[in-house]
Amino acid sequence: MKQVVFISGKGGTGKSTVVASLSLLVKNKIIADCDVDAPNLHLLIKGERLHSDDYFGAELAVIDSTKCVSCGICRDICRFDAISEKIEIKPMKCEGCGACVLACPQAAISMIDLKIGETYVDQTQRGTFSHALLDIGADGSGKLVTEVKENLFAFLNGEDWALIDGSPGIGCSVIASITGADAVVAVCEPTRSGQSDLERVLGVARHFGIPAFVCINKYDLNLEITAEIKEFCEKNGIPLIGKIPFEPAIVKALQLLQTPVEAGIKNIVGEIENIWSRLQIQLGTVK
Amino acid sequence: MKIAVSATGKTMESQIDQRFGRAASFIIVETETMDYEAIDNLATLSSGGAGISSAQSVAEKDVKAVITGNVGPNAMNVLKAASIEIYKAAASTVKENVELFKKGVLEKISTTVPPHFGLGGK
Amino acid sequence: MKIAVLSGKGGTGKTIVAASLAASLSESQYVDCDVEEPNGALFLNPEIIETTPVNVLVPKVDESRCDGCGACAKACRFNAIAVVKKKVLIFPEICHHCGACVIACPQNAISEVQREIGVVETDRNGRFLQGRLNIGEPITIPIIHKLKQSVREDKINIFDCSPGASCTVVQTIDGCDYCILVTEPTPFGMHDLKIAVSLVRKVGMPFGVVLNKAMAGDKTIQTYCKNEKIVVLMEIPFLREIAENYSKGILPVKMDKAWEGKFVRMFSSIVGGIEL
Repeated sequence: MKQVVFISGKGGTGKSTVVASLSLLVKNKIIADCDVDAPNLHLLIKGERLHSDDYFGAELAVIDSTKCVSCGICRDICRFDAISEKIEIKPMKCEGCGACVLACPQAAISMIDLKIGETYVDQTQRGTFSHALLDIGADGSGKLVTEVKENLFAFLNGEDWALIDGSPGIGCSVIASITGADAVVAVCEPTRSGQSDLERVLGVARHFGIPAFVCINKYDLNLEITAEIKEFCEKNGIPLIGKIPFEPAIVKALQLLQTPVEAGIKNIVGEIENIWSRLQIQLGTVK
Repeated sequence: MKIAVSATGKTMESQIDQRFGRAASFIIVETETMDYEAIDNLATLSSGGAGISSAQSVAEKDVKAVITGNVGPNAMNVLKAASIEIYKAAASTVKENVELFKKGVLEKISTTVPPHFGLGGK
Repeated sequence: MKIAVLSGKGGTGKTIVAASLAASLSESQYVDCDVEEPNGALFLNPEIIETTPVNVLVPKVDESRCDGCGACAKACRFNAIAVVKKKVLIFPEICHHCGACVIACPQNAISEVQREIGVVETDRNGRFLQGRLNIGEPITIPIIHKLKQSVREDKINIFDCSPGASCTVVQTIDGCDYCILVTEPTPFGMHDLKIAVSLVRKVGMPFGVVLNKAMAGDKTIQTYCKNEKIVVLMEIPFLREIAENYSKGILPVKMDKAWEGKFVRMFSSIVGGIEL
């Protein structure tokens, strides 16, 4: 089984659209949405729930009011303004650091694990699909991404490919997304900010020694930057495996919860098919 | 010599876990006798700093070497401070890797990836 | 007056809206709170004249007092401290500056020192303010706090939030008067809009929606807003010209004066009780 992770320097580059399209084109695969801070694939890939679990990704201080003598020491030492005048924890502000637990002379404060989201595995017509949803105001982390991937591989059943929609950015979550990957495909747009984001995200892949490939979405919006990205890729030995044109029909299709494949947008589907065959050639799975 | 191997399970036949910080468990092996002990890696419960916590755990077991896949820079610094050497796993199971280690053919890892890979900023 | 511009995810045009609004109002200050990827400067081209470091407190061990007991490492819930061979190793970049280790140390061997994690930068006229996290730093909140302390109170502050509905966004909109939620007419946009709506409702702040990449014939976002009694402040059409200019760093208000009027009117409607 080979793991291919789609990443981008920032959100909104079209990474999920490419993954969703490939989920219809590639045979015998499993799918994960590791973009846990803004998951979208589950809107396009529906199925029957096989597994769900609570995700505990944070800690919160709780005060035992029977032991508390309202001395206020905890409030004085809290660096996050998370304890009120009345010596109550403000959950939205609590960092989960536990300093108050250590400071309380009455041993009245303890830490509890906080459920901040849920993880799911669905059986879909396109294959097993693992994803997660976070609560409002909660932060994703390498831990959650790792859980999503572990859930996926727990349901592995002889498939050839794992298509993974990675986290955007270059933080811990993206590192967790690409750990163990056989290839990463960086999807970018030809904008000044997109270009610098791309260079940094490719740096992440290079450091891990994972073969990286580039796909430019809406390449024809700025041919000058597209040419610069191409040159950058050539100079660094990174294959440019796809250039998807700006196509308003994609947005129209997405409005109907359709990928370009289902909507039959021929030029786009053709290019996504090309991306996949070029990737397979590069990975040596086909001649 | 006592060494630690990152593993997805708890026996000598378990697969190597390519992750160090978030490895499911560590198999602590005495290479002379091949006696072993499996420890759960509690660092997998951490949102951040998992590598540091894992390194601390194996250091407390007083091992002289670690066999794993990828080690982040923070974990590497802890292992270095504890004078623990790091070797790149080259086979699929814990046992095979320990055998390769004993033959002296595993590659030593000394370079790493930068921490957090430069979040933000330009 | 403080207005926060947010979106459920990246790529919806949040920066276009925030920067256009700021550029259309003469008494405004644009504040880039997307400190990991501050992009507003690419559109507003400010002349930065002042850069102020943002410091946090991190632990420092007095080795003459430390006996290597490891209490600090156990106290740190972020794994920012390890103790091996009686030696304390501190990892400042994952430190949350909470001071728990100082409290935990039985030898009083830990003190705290200032450490720079980023900067806030401002232009000459106080029209532009941005935060930038230094490379390698994962913790954004101290920069957000510094930005909020540094705003020009005499101006209309337009906060360009980081994407998503994370803790950073919650901290950014805390204390604002109004939120503008930017979305696009796709199921993704709708999904992320709903998340952003729950966020602003949870904190109890008045808000309205700007629909970017609006397409004739699709009214899903408008219908949702109508059913939820959410005001749609503006629609920006899905035009190749706007996308092309965006890729070059040109705002709609710079290519067509009519847009400036639209943003000014949107602002008036926000101030005047959210009636368009």
